[in-house]
Amino acid sequence: MTAQATVALPARADVRVAAGQAKQRLTSRWASFAAVVLGVLWTVPTFGLALSSIRPELQIKTTGWWTYFTHPEFTLDNYRAALSSDSGTGLGHAFLNSFVITIPSVLIPLALATLAAYAFAWVDFRGRDLLFVVVFALQIVPIQVTLLPLLKIYNATGLTNTYWTVWLSHSCFALPLAIFLLHNFMKEIPRELIEAARMDGAGHVTIIFRVLLPLLTPALAAFGIFQFLWVWNDLLVALTFTSTPDLAPLTVNLANLSGTRGTAWHLLAAGAFIAIIVPVAVFLSLQRFFVRGLLAGGLKG
Amino acid sequence: MSTSHKITQAGLAILLFLAVVGAILFVASRFSGRKADRTTAAVFLLPTVLLLSIGLLYPAGRTLYLSFFNSSGSSFTGFDNYTKIFTDHDDRIVVRNTVLWVVITPFVATGIGLLYAILVDKARWESAAKALIFLPMSISFVGAGVIWKFIYEYRPDQPGIKQIGLLNQIIVWLGGSPQQWLLNSPWNNLFLIAVMVWIQAGFAMTVLSAAIKAIPEDIVEAARLDGVKAWGMFRYVTVPSIRPSLIVVLTTIGIATLKVFDIVRTMTGGQFSTSVIANEFYTQTFRAANQGLGAALAVILFVLVIPIVGYNIRQLRASEGR
Repeated sequence: MTAQATVALPARADVRVAAGQAKQRLTSRWASFAAVVLGVLWTVPTFGLALSSIRPELQIKTTGWWTYFTHPEFTLDNYRAALSSDSGTGLGHAFLNSFVITIPSVLIPLALATLAAYAFAWVDFRGRDLLFVVVFALQIVPIQVTLLPLLKIYNATGLTNTYWTVWLSHSCFALPLAIFLLHNFMKEIPRELIEAARMDGAGHVTIIFRVLLPLLTPALAAFGIFQFLWVWNDLLVALTFTSTPDLAPLTVNLANLSGTRGTAWHLLAAGAFIAIIVPVAVFLSLQRFFVRGLLAGGLKG
Repeated sequence: MSTSHKITQAGLAILLFLAVVGAILFVASRFSGRKADRTTAAVFLLPTVLLLSIGLLYPAGRTLYLSFFNSSGSSFTGFDNYTKIFTDHDDRIVVRNTVLWVVITPFVATGIGLLYAILVDKARWESAAKALIFLPMSISFVGAGVIWKFIYEYRPDQPGIKQIGLLNQIIVWLGGSPQQWLLNSPWNNLFLIAVMVWIQAGFAMTVLSAAIKAIPEDIVEAARLDGVKAWGMFRYVTVPSIRPSLIVVLTTIGIATLKVFDIVRTMTGGQFSTSVIANEFYTQTFRAANQGLGAALAVILFVLVIPIVGYNIRQLRASEGR
C-alpha cells in the first residue's frame, strides 16, 4: 500500500499547468524517491505495531515484527488478554469509559458554544466586543494552570469519582476555541439572510434553527470531530480527574501499562492498537471534515 | 460500576444538559423586540460565562497565587519556587529540555511537512500519500509513545539474543552495535522529540498544502516565464506566498509542543534527564505533593505561551495590512 501509493507520484497534473509545473518540480525522479522514503518512514511505526499485536507473546518478546514475513504466526490471544479484566489491564472497561467520557464532552461544549457564538455574532448588547475579546484570549490559557484548583473544587462539591469531573473540565477547555470558530463561521453568513428572517417576524430561536443550523452543519461537524479526537486522545485531564480505575479511559490504562508493565510487550501492542483504532477509523471516514476544521482553526486562530 | 450503569449515567447527563439548553431557548423565545436582544444575550451566554469563570479564570488566578507559596500552600515564600526552577541542577535540565523541544519540533515538523506538501502537490496519488503522513495526527500521544517504544527497544548485544526494536535491528544489519536510545542523555531527548515531529508533520503538511494550492496561478506562470528554476520558485515564489501560513504552523506546533507531557511520561517517565516543564508540572503537583513548585511550573508554561501568541498575532496583522 505504501509503496503503491507513492511510487506512482510522477505528475499527471492538469493539462493547463502540466507542461510548466511538471518540469518545475524539484525534478520528478528524486522527488518521487524522497516522497516514498518519507511515506514509508511515517507508516512503518504504526504498521509494525499492528503486525506485532497479532504475533504470539513469546515471538514478540524474542524477535522483531519483521520476522513475521519469514515465520508468520497468527494469534488473537493478545487482544483477548488485553481486553479481559483478569490480566489486570481491563482495557475492555477502559474502552467503554472512553466512549462514556467522550460523547458528552463533545455534545455539551458544542451546544453551549453555538448559543454563545450566536449571541456574539448576531445579537446586539452592551459589552459584547469586550466579552468576546476575553473569551478569545482565554484560548491561550494552558490547561495545566487550572488543574489543581479545579480538582479542589470537585472535591469540595462531591463530584470526585464521577464522570462529571471530566465532562465539565473538557467542556470548559473546549469553549473558547469552539466559540471563536463557530463565531467566524456565523459571521460569514450574509446579513441579508438574517435580516429577511427578522422581517418575517422570526425571533432569535427561530433564526438559529431555521436559518443558521442548516448552514452551520459542516462547521459543527468539523469541530465535533476535532473535539472527539481531542478528548479521546487526552491523557492529562483524565489522569488528573479519574482517580479510580473504574472511571479511567484507554489513554490512562495504556500509560499505566507502559509504566508499570513495560515488558508486557504483547499487552502493550494489542492495547495500543485498541486505543488508536477508533480515532483512526473516525479520521479515515471523516477526513474531509477533519481537514476543513483544521484549516479553519489553524489559519484563523 | 456496571456497564449499563455507566451508559445510563452518560445518557442522563446528555438529557439533563438538553433540558438546560431547552430551558434557555424557551426563555429566549418568550421575549420580543429590543428586550429580546438583551435577554437572549444574557441567557445564551450565562452557561459559558459560568463555566469559563469557574473552570478557567478562577483556577488560573488561584494557581498564580499558589505559585508564591510553599509546597503545602501554608506559608508565603515569594519568588522562591521560580528561583529554584532556574537555579536547581535538575530543574535546569528540565528547562533546557523544554527549550530543545520547543526550538526543534516546530522547525523540523514544518520543514518536513512543507517538503512533503511540495513533493506530492498535483501528483496522481496526492490524497493517499497525504493520508499516510497525516494519519499519526489522529493517534494519541500515549499511543504514539507505545508505537515508538517498539522502534527504540534495546536488547543487549549478545549471541543468541535478537533485537526487537527496528532501529537497533537496522544498526545491527549495517554492522553497528545496538544503542540504548532512550537512556543516553542528552541524545535521548532528540529521540523523544522525533515522536512529536512524527505526529505534527501531518498538521504542517495539511495547512501548508492548502496554502500552496491557493497561490495564484499567474504568479507562478510569470515567474516561470522569467526563467525561474525549481529552487528559485521555492525561495522567491512559494515561501513568500505562504509566509502567513508558515508562521501560523510554526507557532501552533510550538505551543502544542510546550504543553505536551504524554510522550515523555509514556516513554521514559521523565527519567534519564528527559523531563520537560509540562511533565515536571504533573509530577510535582500530583505525585510529589509539591503544590507551590507545580503551580510555578504551570505559570511558566503560561508565560512562555504569551510571546509566541503575540508574535503570531503581530505577523497576521502585518500580513493583513499589506
